[in-house]
Amino acid sequence: MTVEASLFTLDAKTKARKTAEARFRLYGVVAIAVALLALLWLLISILSGGLPAFRQTMLTYPVTLEEAVLDKSGTRDPVALSKVTTVAYTKILATSLAAVIAEKGIAPEGMTDKDVADMISQESAATLRSKVLADPALIGTTIDFTALASGRIDGYLKGRVSRESAALDKNVSPVQLELADNLQKAGILDKRFNWGFLTAPDASDKRPEAAGLGVAIIGSFYMMLVVLVLSLPIGVAASIYLEEFAPKNRLTDIIEVNIANLAAVPSIVYGILGLAVFINFMHLPQSAPIVGGLVLTLMTLPRIIIPTRAALKAVPPSIRDAALGVGASKLQTVFHHVLPLAMPGILTGMIIGLAQALGETAPLLLIGMVAFVRDFPGGLPGGLFDPAAALPVQVYNWTNRGDPGFVERASGAIIVLLVFLVIMNAAAIYLRRKFERRW
Amino acid sequence: MNLGLLVTVILVLAIAGWIIGRQRAVASVKGDIRKLHSLPGYYGHIVFLATAVPSLLVVVLWILVQPALIESRVANLIKPSDIPEGSSQSLVMADVRRIANGLDAVVAAGLPEDQLASMRADFSDVRGRLAGVGVAIGSNVSNSVFIAAKEYRSAIKSSAMMMTVAALAIALAGLAWSLTRIRPEFRARNATERFTMSLLIASSLIAVLTTVGIVASLLFESIHFFSIYPASKFFFSTVWNPKFGGGSDLGILPLIWGTLYVSFIALLVAVPVGLMSAIYLSEYASKSVRAVVKPLIEVLAGIPTIVYGLFALITVGPLIRDWIAMPTGLGNSSSSVMTAGIVMGIMVIPFVSSLSDDIINAVPQSLRDGSLGLGATPSETVRQVVLPAALPGIVGAVLLAASRAIGETMIVVMGAGAAARLSLNPFEAMTTVTVKIVSQLTGDTEFASPETLVAFALGLTLFVLTLVLNIVALVIVRKYREQYE
Repeated sequence: MTVEASLFTLDAKTKARKTAEARFRLYGVVAIAVALLALLWLLISILSGGLPAFRQTMLTYPVTLEEAVLDKSGTRDPVALSKVTTVAYTKILATSLAAVIAEKGIAPEGMTDKDVADMISQESAATLRSKVLADPALIGTTIDFTALASGRIDGYLKGRVSRESAALDKNVSPVQLELADNLQKAGILDKRFNWGFLTAPDASDKRPEAAGLGVAIIGSFYMMLVVLVLSLPIGVAASIYLEEFAPKNRLTDIIEVNIANLAAVPSIVYGILGLAVFINFMHLPQSAPIVGGLVLTLMTLPRIIIPTRAALKAVPPSIRDAALGVGASKLQTVFHHVLPLAMPGILTGMIIGLAQALGETAPLLLIGMVAFVRDFPGGLPGGLFDPAAALPVQVYNWTNRGDPGFVERASGAIIVLLVFLVIMNAAAIYLRRKFERRW
Repeated sequence: MNLGLLVTVILVLAIAGWIIGRQRAVASVKGDIRKLHSLPGYYGHIVFLATAVPSLLVVVLWILVQPALIESRVANLIKPSDIPEGSSQSLVMADVRRIANGLDAVVAAGLPEDQLASMRADFSDVRGRLAGVGVAIGSNVSNSVFIAAKEYRSAIKSSAMMMTVAALAIALAGLAWSLTRIRPEFRARNATERFTMSLLIASSLIAVLTTVGIVASLLFESIHFFSIYPASKFFFSTVWNPKFGGGSDLGILPLIWGTLYVSFIALLVAVPVGLMSAIYLSEYASKSVRAVVKPLIEVLAGIPTIVYGLFALITVGPLIRDWIAMPTGLGNSSSSVMTAGIVMGIMVIPFVSSLSDDIINAVPQSLRDGSLGLGATPSETVRQVVLPAALPGIVGAVLLAASRAIGETMIVVMGAGAAARLSLNPFEAMTTVTVKIVSQLTGDTEFASPETLVAFALGLTLFVLTLVLNIVALVIVRKYREQYE
């Protein structure tokens, strides 16, 4: 029986077309969902991996600074004191911890003195040493000292290390993990906010627990300073010339096409440029923020010029005509009237350009911004020529190390980087909203 | 004088110059500024510019040129016999610099300058002295290296002194010269504007200089490379096997293959997702949905690539290995073409979607109205009217995304692996041009060996490849956009 086409019942073809329509819409929704889920997945993966880096396992217990070990002569002579190496301090930390454990009676079966000593990070001995050297009066007294726990113990508290994996690991034993549990119950061992992660310099590849971002943050800051100081004036000047004054000729055509192309050149090519020109040809110091800053400036310039020109173009010609009409020169028109009106747009473009430069890694890798620096680079402007690291390059550097503790550090560093980027982008959006105007 | 102080002094001079210039101009007409050619401020401006700009330029040029000059002068002091077996001149020079810096610390620790000048490496324990101030030197210091280090140190000192004197002299000369020119009839505004204009033009020329720098550095070193390694082997060999001792095979084909394969997978992810979301956002979505979703998708483009790299390394790579590659027996490495491709695809989505969105929006409404009016459903309109009309622009968008993918570095460095191979299996580790540029240039190798110089040839190839793609894409997009205007 054939159904007559009617307004109330749909024929097969219409039905097919309707389902096709619904399917097409679904594809669109799915595509958007995929994109947004990918974003969410990315953020969750980085956050969950990196947040533990901000909390660190520490041991707090009284440490007796024995005079017999640290100052045999008893004279407090700084030269003699500085001859005492970290080995002696490691011993002091270990014996004091063993004393505490013995006092509380929480040592598990089969625990040796070396097992106890290995619970404490090597880094803590160095910290204690510099503390004593700064204040020799401490020798002979008992102080409350907070020592970093070793990387594996830290991993245990964060769930990275288990009893099973510890049995196979030569750096940690299940006995130590049991002791860690006992110490935690006794209130000696706990996790607390890790300021060292934000302030300390990088550490050797055996001590993830001591590695921090201090030098990398300062290095990135210096580079951003160079980029800001160079690219803001140069970028704005170039945009003003091209947008307001440039005659239409061969030269300005070349410049315009050039800028569009430069914005699309792969970033690693800028790294090659920096290596060839600044380091091999000009012999500027390697790993220095000044070189990184120059490379990033060249890379950022086209990305700043494009939005700046758009901002200048958005200022209506009537403003220019009015200024010219009351007798201003062309430069006065631009600097007194057009530029202030375009400033919010320029600043927005500038901040976004800086944010991109902050996250750039590949070119910095080539000019060696991975210097392992224990001391912070010197103050401005001398620090511009000292070796330093940069945030994103530090992340890459950490991912190349063997100890799994560094993966957590790398994700943590990414969180710091993202926080900076969010702040910068929020500032850009705020500026855009606040100064947005319609003519 | 240190650099910060020098710049401050110059700026203070310039600001003082501004004030004096203005006052002199006003004084020259006894306060009746109507008799001046320009506003009084302009007389200040010209003094400021004449004082600050030339001297700061000298400082900048000096800093850029000085290291090269000193380096070559000191390098002459080092005889070939001073370079140990298996080392190179550049490594010895690094020692020289380290010793020179160490000597500063030694002097700071209390050694008188004149005693240092008479110190000889073969009579006194230089290495021990340096170790005392915390500078570790690998081997014993030979006398000529030590002399070179002393020479280096004094050259840096005298150069800094000369720079200070020169910069200050130029600043003062500029100040004096511009002050003498201040008269009521001096056309200060015109002079200032000419000066400013030349600064503006110079700034725009930096873009040209950058391009010249890129092309020159790539070409120069590539020519160097091709003079010691045959170009035919580079472009047509299928073996990539660099060795430190020499005798490497440096064929680019496996790298190009890896690059194109990763980019292809990235586009396979990005094009459908990006295009469909662009269609949905421009044709179906309500204004409020669009206002939220579009910026959210664009966030993907603002995330630094190192974040994607880490994501590939710690999340996507192991996932693909454990859930897809291992059960199917196709591979057991967590870095694979698939990992890098998928993550790069996510990164490229906004490039496809934003540009496609613009282009779809540029299709005139009358075309849609015509199609809908004939009874087509919205999806039929999109497929048969809007997309064909927007096709050239979309192709342009895809090409731009492809050039992004080809030039991308961090994701492939961390996600794709380092093994150069020609294989069809996407779950195997492969490598790309950018990965090899990084790995060839981040070692401690001499800059004359083909193993290092090949990076420049790779860079040149990459540059040309992406440039061609970009230009083609821009031409297509631009040509298409003009059709409806």
